Amino acid sequence: MKKICALIVDDSSVMRKIVERSLRQAGIELSEVREAGNGAEALSAVNQGGVDLVLCDINMPVMDGIEFLKQMQTVELAKGVPVVMITTEGNEAHVVQALSVGARGYIRKPFTSDQVKQHVIPVLEGKS
Amino acid sequence: MKPATQTAPDKSHWPPLLEQAVHEVFKIMLSCELQPPDGSSEDHQPGDFTSMVGLAGDLCGVLTLRCSMASAMLMTSKMLGTDPGTVDEQVWDAVGEVANMVAGNFKNKLPGLGDRCMLSVPTVITGGDYNCHALADAGRIEVMQLFEGSPIVVALEIHT
Repeated sequence: MKKICALIVDDSSVMRKIVERSLRQAGIELSEVREAGNGAEALSAVNQGGVDLVLCDINMPVMDGIEFLKQMQTVELAKGVPVVMITTEGNEAHVVQALSVGARGYIRKPFTSDQVKQHVIPVLEGKS
Repeated sequence: MKPATQTAPDKSHWPPLLEQAVHEVFKIMLSCELQPPDGSSEDHQPGDFTSMVGLAGDLCGVLTLRCSMASAMLMTSKMLGTDPGTVDEQVWDAVGEVANMVAGNFKNKLPGLGDRCMLSVPTVITGGDYNCHALADAGRIEVMQLFEGSPIVVALEIHT
């Protein structure tokens, strides 16, 4: 698998570092890691182009993960970029809502690097 | 059908679920097995670092996680995989996230509640010279465990 540019979106800087470490532990090679503290910052990051994967929290200030997903669909450079949600809000309604607005996967906190691997690799390989 | 909000929940099975939620977060995110308190630890104050997360909806209340500053620093270093001496202001963020994950993990264990209960952004308080008077009128669940030999207390004050 080629090296990828990952955008990690979470209002917790500690959680962003944990997600990055989990990606590396899952054997995913990262050419670049971009970070965003909310959906609005994430939109700016995807607007720069070159993002291969987005891992996104739901509950965030300014713009939450669901609104980010909706707005991301209007960004030309973000078309086809897979988004996997990583969030504490793991109930069915949130999963359905996130998937209905374009999320390709869903990981519930707390999570292991194995779970990240299990959910992210198929998405990167286009199998999910 | 009677709305779920009018049904008084049976809370008798909640304490072990809260304990399980705490254990899972520490095991998965900190690679750490919590231990049950021994006789001496029960007399000790958990410390002056408190992280709080509010719950609103069908379950209203406040979840607090209380520990010493040293334990908070150690939690942060374990989460980040760094040396405890290098931890800085990330400690607020890290322990807030631990409380957030415990609250989320707990509510997700209650069938049917996940969709009808929202969590607040965590708040962290430092200093031990205060009393917390939650306007809870439906009970309190408390779990005390040892984290690397030091007590941590996770409590859920429940509102109706």
